[in-house]
Amino acid sequence: MALLEVENLKVEFPTRKGVLTAVDNVSFSVEQGEILGVVGESGAGKSMTGAAVIGLLEPPGRIGGGQIRLDGKRIDNLSPDEMRKVRGRHIGAIFQDPLTSLNPLFTVGKQLIETIRTHLPMPAAEARKRAIEWLAEVGIPAPDRRIDQYPHQFSGGMRQRVVIALALCAEPRLIIADEPTTALDVSVQAQIIALLKRVCRERNAAAILVTHDMGVIAETADRVAVMYAGRLAEIGPVARVLQKPSHPYTAGLMGSIPRIGPRPDRLVQIEGSMPRLTDIPKGCAFNPRCPKAIAECHHLRPELRPVADGAAACLLYEGVTQ
Amino acid sequence: MNAAPARMKVVDDRPLLSVKGLKKHFAMSKPLLNRLIEGGETQTVKAVDGLDLEIPRGQTLSLVGESGCGKSTVARLIMGLSTPSAGSILFDGADISQAPAGQPAAVRRRMQMIFQDPYASLNPRWRVRDIIAEPLRTYGLCASREEERREVDRLLEFVGLNSRDGDKFPHEFSGGQRQRISIARAISTKPEFLVCDEPTSALDVSVQAQILNLMRDMQRELGLTYLFISHDLAVVNFMSDWIGVMYLGRLVEVSPAAQLFNSPQHPYTRLLLDTIPDLGMSKRDCVPASGEVPNPINPPSGCHFHPRCALANDRCRRETPNLRAHDNGVRVSCHAVEEGRGDLPAVASAGNDHAAQAVI
Repeated sequence: MALLEVENLKVEFPTRKGVLTAVDNVSFSVEQGEILGVVGESGAGKSMTGAAVIGLLEPPGRIGGGQIRLDGKRIDNLSPDEMRKVRGRHIGAIFQDPLTSLNPLFTVGKQLIETIRTHLPMPAAEARKRAIEWLAEVGIPAPDRRIDQYPHQFSGGMRQRVVIALALCAEPRLIIADEPTTALDVSVQAQIIALLKRVCRERNAAAILVTHDMGVIAETADRVAVMYAGRLAEIGPVARVLQKPSHPYTAGLMGSIPRIGPRPDRLVQIEGSMPRLTDIPKGCAFNPRCPKAIAECHHLRPELRPVADGAAACLLYEGVTQ
Repeated sequence: MNAAPARMKVVDDRPLLSVKGLKKHFAMSKPLLNRLIEGGETQTVKAVDGLDLEIPRGQTLSLVGESGCGKSTVARLIMGLSTPSAGSILFDGADISQAPAGQPAAVRRRMQMIFQDPYASLNPRWRVRDIIAEPLRTYGLCASREEERREVDRLLEFVGLNSRDGDKFPHEFSGGQRQRISIARAISTKPEFLVCDEPTSALDVSVQAQILNLMRDMQRELGLTYLFISHDLAVVNFMSDWIGVMYLGRLVEVSPAAQLFNSPQHPYTRLLLDTIPDLGMSKRDCVPASGEVPNPINPPSGCHFHPRCALANDRCRRETPNLRAHDNGVRVSCHAVEEGRGDLPAVASAGNDHAAQAVI
């Protein structure tokens, strides 16, 4: 059984003009120790998916359907108090901006010790020792001195290391990392990615890595899920999806990324931009921008079907090509 | 499309923009009274510390570097949005370094800027038509309202929008469309030189591709010269003829673009190239360089990069290197490269200590 199973997840936002669907019928699973990348452009619903799994959807956002199961047990219908116990202990979270994830009024040590003792019963002295070990683990020099410092005394990269320690210190089996390196400089980004990968591997923790950056996915994830307009376009092993994408959207996305090497005359261009949630086209959401669209794409919505060693939601794979 | 006056194809190999010894220091000291009572010394941040570069006509020079390296300050200095502490900026031979923004009008009309955030750089209360026409009015380029209207329509279509879009407000457009409006405004005065400060870093990749393609097309059709600023080396590779790498206010390497990617010289350039995530997944498990950019208020002595550099020796700690010309138009500021110590490995694996101290 997979560690996390998400089945037909729907995230909705009731508004005066009707209910908007930010995540629409998304299903995937994450195995023990696996890193799943979730990639998409802004508004694709990737962060919403992560927030739904960890139970941190901002009201009025709500789960409108489907199930989320951790170890076979449903966690999408837990009360806020029950969910709080799952969060931290079983699912850890890392967010984009390390400055807002840390409380500026407390030393990093106090925050670490509080988190450890909330989830793992142990005396304060032992928790402090554990906290120092964690700071060393995430590569912070002189951890026994740094533990009594405040977040503002750390640089951006060091702060994100503290956030990773905080997410991992209760030894969760699943980590949701939402754009963990976006606020960092490139040289620091590479360090944080390597750290995240190493800690996950060593602890056999699984992770959902939400990002807009295909490069980060390429270096980190085992499998990747590509989202578009709240729907899953494609999911599969990262090497195959990036190098031989099945879905025309993934293909366009990969072509539009500038690369190092001989420079092309033009980049591949996907015309237009992602639709707003208020006017998602009928049929396949990508059809107005798709170079391969056929008549059926305008009214038939494709289901996610097995393609190659993954799955894609595209009518081209449903035998309606002619 | 004739967005610019038909430019004569005279071979002119004088650089369009030439910057010499450019410096910008910001005072960071406590107020005088506090200094007298509490002690403490005057402090300055050397945001730009002695920059020399030239941009040939019709070409693109990109400045890359991590946050705080001074690349955006260079853009602001060139546009006259702040005044340099020292040095000269020659635009087509005229020194504009001490002139305020917009002055002298004859020169400033020929240079324009595209900003990073298309949500902040367009006035939300103005119609798109007025936003694009503002530079035309400022410089009195259109004789009549009718002519101005035709010109704005033409600019809108040139950047891939519809002339009807002129009557809308900025909030009705997506990020990519707003950046197209910024571009239309920037080229309305028929400039020869555009400063582009991270023009696509707020955009999604598929939209970024559209804007980068548009900018390359514009350069070809209008013969524009670009100063392009970005932290994304892959974007820079697509856009540039020349690349300058900055570190803590100084240029560490200036090279033709292909040269920089094929044989990077300066250890910091090599570090930057190593950190680019590779879509081909050939280096999934390589060990990244450690350390972070130190605090610019109190940068390391000598070569600013020495605490993170595996090639550093006493000379690097003591003596500031200068940009020296090498073969193929490459200029590098590194003692190790100059002395031939520049062979691998380039980047230190234990530079954490300094980074940790630097932020305290």
